[in-house]
Amino acid sequence: MSSTTARQYPAWVPYFFLLPFLGVFLVFIAYPMLLSATMAFQQNAGPGVSEPVGLKNFTWMVQDPAFWIAVKNTTIFAAASVFIQLPAALGLALLLNSDKIKGRGLWRMIFFAPVLVGLPFVAILAGLIFEKNTGLLNVTLNALFGFDQEFPWLQEFVMPALIVAAFWMYVGFNMIYFLAALQNVNKDLLEAAQVDGANAWQRFRNVTIPAIKPVAAFVVLLSLIGSFQLFELPYLMLNESAGPENRGLTLVMYLYQQGFDRGDLGYASAVGWVLAVALFAFAIVQSVISKRSEADA
Amino acid sequence: MSAPNAASTKRFDLNMLIVYLLLVVFATITLVPFVYLLFSAFKSTESFFSFVFWPTQGAWYDVDWQGFTLDNWRTLFFEAGIVRATVNSFFISSVTAILATLFSAMGGYALAKYRFRGRGLTTLVVLGSLAIPFALLIAPGYQLLYWLGLLDTYTGLILPGVAPAFGVYLFRQAFISSLPDALIEAARIDGCGDIRIFFQIALPMVRPMIGAFLLITYLATWNNFISPQIVIQSADKLPLSVFVAQLRGPYSTSYGMIMAGTLVAITPVLVLFLLLQRDFIAGLTAGAVKG
Repeated sequence: MSSTTARQYPAWVPYFFLLPFLGVFLVFIAYPMLLSATMAFQQNAGPGVSEPVGLKNFTWMVQDPAFWIAVKNTTIFAAASVFIQLPAALGLALLLNSDKIKGRGLWRMIFFAPVLVGLPFVAILAGLIFEKNTGLLNVTLNALFGFDQEFPWLQEFVMPALIVAAFWMYVGFNMIYFLAALQNVNKDLLEAAQVDGANAWQRFRNVTIPAIKPVAAFVVLLSLIGSFQLFELPYLMLNESAGPENRGLTLVMYLYQQGFDRGDLGYASAVGWVLAVALFAFAIVQSVISKRSEADA
Repeated sequence: MSAPNAASTKRFDLNMLIVYLLLVVFATITLVPFVYLLFSAFKSTESFFSFVFWPTQGAWYDVDWQGFTLDNWRTLFFEAGIVRATVNSFFISSVTAILATLFSAMGGYALAKYRFRGRGLTTLVVLGSLAIPFALLIAPGYQLLYWLGLLDTYTGLILPGVAPAFGVYLFRQAFISSLPDALIEAARIDGCGDIRIFFQIALPMVRPMIGAFLLITYLATWNNFISPQIVIQSADKLPLSVFVAQLRGPYSTSYGMIMAGTLVAITPVLVLFLLLQRDFIAGLTAGAVKG
């Protein structure tokens, strides 16, 4: 940090450097947030017509079965990301972490490739792969294991299909974070533990886990934030819909339907606040847990 | 966890075999959709439905060349207008990435290297904005663009994203850790102005961060669907993400054409990645390392 006693530059210089950020922040972040806080108590018919409705947006929301379906689906997806995808990503990172593995750069590149395809394109591709009868998945499973080729993924098993598609896309991406974290593991400590007779699981539990904890906590939070804002994957996999009986409806898709298909931006703002409060709560819980475990250590 | 150092070579080999087997299975699952995409883009609708990968029962190694076609590409380029959408994507992503990197670096530099009234508050604002979910801004953002008359314009699509708090934060960290104050003071003594110091002395010191941030912003903009879907209405202004999604029309669906369009959309990013792999991974993990 500069700590020069006599200032050697004109006073406006730092403000000049910050001007673009502050300008964009005030107009496109701070103002919309304030606006959203008032819009949440309005009903809109398109962006031009609004009417105050008090707390009714929130009472309508809790009475709307579709909202609860969205909450349920979003929660299932987030749980699958944290409890299935992240452990698999860690597993993959552990496999690749050994310097005995040949071609680590190549393996890493292969596993990382799906994230480069981008969410909308993964969704479009997955929509075709999960198609019954003609899709790659059912045809392959049928040829290999005699799996029912008419298995209706996109009609009745939407959430499993979404979870599989997201797994394919993100497992290698999250592996990169864990690989970076595994560089923090003290190799001498691992060896010492082995000399002392600790088995593989004990070494993993007591040496590796504590070392990767900070990054793991960060990845869990990123995963939750991403999962709770899931939109493109189901929306495009299900041909710009929520699927039969809203089986692929997520909270952001609910927000989108209310705000843009129905044109009620006020109601959509209310949904946005519910989502934001949930995410703030996650962030707080996460920081409390990681502080507590730091204190324990 | 590295594979345990077993006492006997035999057990070591078995462990490694299992590890490689797992890696191969994972890699196959990862790569098969790419192969599927590649073949499907060159198949007629008829052979798309008949064969998963290449059309078989032909004369040459069981490959039926008649099953392949360039029709998808012809329609895509000459009728559907994918060239325009590709140019749009390049334009939107380039402008966003360059401006976002420049403005983030400027903001981060001010917070890292100057003492001024309001610095603490601004730093707090930057950190606080990291916690604002995008979903909260969708509806009010649309309302604002409507009032400003910026719907269906590139200004409305690009401007809100040109100074991300995330970038300001990353550059602040980068300047604190890799730009010595003495360097700035020496330049000042030599009579160098502050703007020139920023461009000629400060920016070159954080070159890795510039590369990484350009790439992640470029990738994020290229793959952004929801913003253009909401902001852009004219068909000729759409980027590839929305354009390819719209190829799946309600009336006719040409699977081969959707696949060819997807291939067009993902190829530039894949090529960019292969060229700049190191920067890319550094950029994506930048947030995690500094926490």
